[in-house]
Amino acid sequence: MEERLFQTARDIHGLYPHVHIWGFPIAAYLFLGGLAAGILLFATLYYLKGKEDSMPFTVKIAPIFTFWFVIIGLLLLVYDLHHPKYVLELFTTFRIESPMSWGAWTLSAVSILSLLWPLSYIDDIEAYFHGRGWHQMDKITKFLRDLEHKWLIPHFIIITFRKYRTFFAWILLFLSIILGIYTGILLSAFNAHPLWNNSILGPLFLTSAVSTGSAFVMWLSNNKKERKLMSSIDMALIATELFFIIHMIMGMQAGPEAYKQAAHLFLGGEFTVIFWVLFVGFGLLLPFILEALELKGKHIPPALPALLVLVGGFLLRLIMVAAGQMSEYPF
Amino acid sequence: MRYAMAIEVNKCVGCGDCVVACQTENNVPMGYSRDWIIEVARGEYPNLFMHFESQRCNHCDDTPCVRTCPTGASHVIEGGIVKVTHDECIGCGACIEACPYDARYFHPDGYVDKCTFCDHRVADGLDPACVSVCPTTCMHFGDLDDPDSDISKLIQSREHYTLLPEAGTAPQIYYLK
Repeated sequence: MEERLFQTARDIHGLYPHVHIWGFPIAAYLFLGGLAAGILLFATLYYLKGKEDSMPFTVKIAPIFTFWFVIIGLLLLVYDLHHPKYVLELFTTFRIESPMSWGAWTLSAVSILSLLWPLSYIDDIEAYFHGRGWHQMDKITKFLRDLEHKWLIPHFIIITFRKYRTFFAWILLFLSIILGIYTGILLSAFNAHPLWNNSILGPLFLTSAVSTGSAFVMWLSNNKKERKLMSSIDMALIATELFFIIHMIMGMQAGPEAYKQAAHLFLGGEFTVIFWVLFVGFGLLLPFILEALELKGKHIPPALPALLVLVGGFLLRLIMVAAGQMSEYPF
Repeated sequence: MRYAMAIEVNKCVGCGDCVVACQTENNVPMGYSRDWIIEVARGEYPNLFMHFESQRCNHCDDTPCVRTCPTGASHVIEGGIVKVTHDECIGCGACIEACPYDARYFHPDGYVDKCTFCDHRVADGLDPACVSVCPTTCMHFGDLDDPDSDISKLIQSREHYTLLPEAGTAPQIYYLK
């Protein structure tokens, strides 16, 4: 038996009884970054495969949402800082060892490209919104046109972007993979938290990010072929996620004591129900079954599996951020 | 130069003088502390053993806090002392998450604060405040690179342990049995 008690007070906010300084904003930031990465990955990938016209929503329309996701994500990140008046330090230094530094720079680069990409397709985007009868979106497209013509971005930049779109597509494809995997690596770099500190977390978060991206496209696309393709891609991604999750828990179970205790949070501990029932059950298995039924010809509204995947993706980040901070070495 | 601390756990009575001295010396705000004392009880009744551990930042050789800092505010100075530059710190909390000893906290002003080994006193040739006030002289501070220093001799001659060596941080607070 060994018991360790505080002899002098140490009930500092955010440290006691365990570290809990990251919460909803960080989970939302990781989710939005991943969602943007997933959407941009499909947009650039199918553009480079020459499917610009057969998959118009994926390539041309969906990226317009990513700019807002990235900006909201960055605002959440800044909102969560405790010393925000020095926030410029984050964007004036680059530290190769720090995942957060990589993330800040990648997000900044993606935010610029994710604005230029939809701007270069602004006519198609306008036509899509009108086609769906979303006239309230006119304000957004007008804002973007003004941005291009009157204010920040001179027209020749868009012309240049259109001319070298293939080049920018390669860059954006690369950046979106970095962004997707970064959201997991940010957490796995902390060896003080055994639950985060495993090398599968990066690939797991990337897979989940791409899965939420495909769900988003599946939800809003008005093209049946596109929806079907995204639905079957999403099924493969969900299967991969399940494989990673099982491996992650197996790896922790086979590890030292601190890692076994981390796995216990999901195997009988306080995150068991929310993880297996809400995330795995309603966020992975149920949308998988719905997508399979839809591919078999049953009529299922595409919004249903898509929303389940999106909420599941957010839950995964929320659970990992919260549970990871509870998993610590005893000292 | 490699500053380190050696603490004789069986001489410590858990009075908390080191904690109060640090709070006074470094103007630590009310309700916060850069060092703290843990009471460790081991064994089975009736064979129980107890000792105290005065804990603080371990000024590790392999610093996860400095590695994860996105701005370079967390850094290592001469002698292996880990410090935070307040006006480079954005308060993201990455270093707090990275530290397995929970040695760092958000100062009410927003930046991250922690033990500095009283580097302002060390520069003047003094011991850190916690070491200098210990009524049982159970704490020792010095340079491990100097084989003739008191702390080098203590660590060479006495059985000792460090906290969480399995976390891979190479901590530099040595507890003498």
